[in-house]
Amino acid sequence: MNEVLQGRDASPRRPGCGSGGRLGEASLPAPAPEGAGAPGFALTRNGHGSLLELSIGPQHPSTHGVFRMDVALDGERVVGLKPVFGYLHRNHEKIGENTTYLGSMPYTDRLDYFCSLTNNWAYALTVEKLAGLQPPPRAEYIRIITAELTRLQNHASLVGFLLQDMGAMGTPLMYAFREREKVLDLFESLTGARMMCNYMRFGGCRCDLPPGWLEQAKEVVDGFPRFLDELEALLSENEILLSRTQGVGVLPRELAVSAGITGPMLRASGVNYDIRKVDQYGIYDRFAFRVPMGDHGDVYDRYMIRVLEMRESLKILEAALRDIPEGPIVDPKAKLRGFRPKAGEVYGRIEAPKGELGFYLISDGSPQPYRYRVRPPSFINLTVLEDMCRGRHVADVVIILGSVDIVMGEVDR
Amino acid sequence: MSAPLLGQGIIKGLVETARNFVGSYVEKDRLTTVQYPEERVPQKEAARNFPFLVYDGEDWEKGLRCVACCICEKECPPQCIYIVKDTARKPDYLGKLQFQPKVFDIDTSVCMSCQICVEVCPFDAIKMDVEYELSTGNRFDGLLQRKAQLAKPNQYFHKIHPAEAAEVDGRLDAEKAKAEAKAKAAAAAKAAAG
Repeated sequence: MNEVLQGRDASPRRPGCGSGGRLGEASLPAPAPEGAGAPGFALTRNGHGSLLELSIGPQHPSTHGVFRMDVALDGERVVGLKPVFGYLHRNHEKIGENTTYLGSMPYTDRLDYFCSLTNNWAYALTVEKLAGLQPPPRAEYIRIITAELTRLQNHASLVGFLLQDMGAMGTPLMYAFREREKVLDLFESLTGARMMCNYMRFGGCRCDLPPGWLEQAKEVVDGFPRFLDELEALLSENEILLSRTQGVGVLPRELAVSAGITGPMLRASGVNYDIRKVDQYGIYDRFAFRVPMGDHGDVYDRYMIRVLEMRESLKILEAALRDIPEGPIVDPKAKLRGFRPKAGEVYGRIEAPKGELGFYLISDGSPQPYRYRVRPPSFINLTVLEDMCRGRHVADVVIILGSVDIVMGEVDR
Repeated sequence: MSAPLLGQGIIKGLVETARNFVGSYVEKDRLTTVQYPEERVPQKEAARNFPFLVYDGEDWEKGLRCVACCICEKECPPQCIYIVKDTARKPDYLGKLQFQPKVFDIDTSVCMSCQICVEVCPFDAIKMDVEYELSTGNRFDGLLQRKAQLAKPNQYFHKIHPAEAAEVDGRLDAEKAKAEAKAKAAAAAKAAAG
């Protein structure tokens, strides 16, 4: 608990941004004596009678699922925050070790249920690495198209949810969901399901694009900039949004790196790290796109990064939809039934919309993996929540959590 | 941040809201929702919800393509399929004697619509249905689909997934023609030898 209180000045604040400057070093209670103990509500039980304990969640609508925060408050101000999760635990990893390699594919849809296609890709990529399969070019293009469409709809709905958390009741969220609807329609006509796509297979994709799909996709991609322009006109300069987000929930660069934060959250803190550029998995080396980065690492930067990333995704999509070649969609070496990769271990990762999504597999040559481990971006990005929230108001906690972009299916697994 | 006039950003946003409000009356892509029970969006051809068993001909018990090989039962990730093999055999579309399922149950509440049973089936016997209004008042027997409820004719498969059904039929017909030609050749060779 000492550590909890001493760490409070880890996040430097920009002066004059929003209401951030005023709250900084106001009177915090003295640290409790050494060894006082247990996490969570211990703060108030150790002589700080003036503190208020508050349990936010797990059924609170702004907690994005079943996430609970035990918050210790000094007035309106957060002095300690302990995330509590596990309410959505479904034993994903052990199920993965007891079912065949293919049988885990539909379960990966249910990790981050907003982005099932990128989850599929990360898992397929890992197993392909293990079994030495190479998807044909058309399959690689389809993967990039579906992954970037997934990124579009994830970021659009994240912005909507973030504004919902700020109190913009409905409007931005409904606009975002309207656009997401168009992308989900594309997914449905390609994969048969809107969210639980279960589309990628080891060494390729399950089925080819239906006739006319590329034209529909082009239409959606061409119509998307209009939505982004309108979204930016609606939000980016809105004074209420600026005062609620600028200087709020600052994540310093050093902390972001040392805590293993990935994805838009890391880039908002000014670190140039995008696995699409670093690993160049799939065929991302064929596409020209930029990696947007933030300066301040606050909630506004995290919002802006998502908008800019959507614009970059559109560039990739335009190029991919133009250049997609004809050809087979599955590696002829790939086997659907009786798939047994040889013994070995492998870690595969991709840049999912929320950050680095990795799968770690150990094979012992049997039809089931010996060990199946997921490295979920939401879970690891959530670990710095307390550092971002300390010293802020309760209302800020909700938007800071919203800007992290978590999905509990992935956090709890 | 350069806001010359406080409130300008809000006014700009309100203009967008007004544009969307008016636009929702005239532009189709600004209003994508429909009034569900009365109005329905057309089903996508790839849509999938719950598996069914295909049968050929008129009699579902005779025409069932399933040969009770139990591959789908083994591969099903949530293990929602339950099959018991029958001891009696029946001829399949090639005239070969095959096993048949005595019991074939799928639990609607466990099935997660992943389509893996369809992909692994070597006999094109199990396919995905598009029926989605499956709610029932009885949460025990009502959710457990038996063989008789699962069996649906090939014509129904043609109706819901025309392209896929045509492809499957073409493949089965080709196999049948090949088998018949082979049988004919064998018979001719036998006659010539005799």
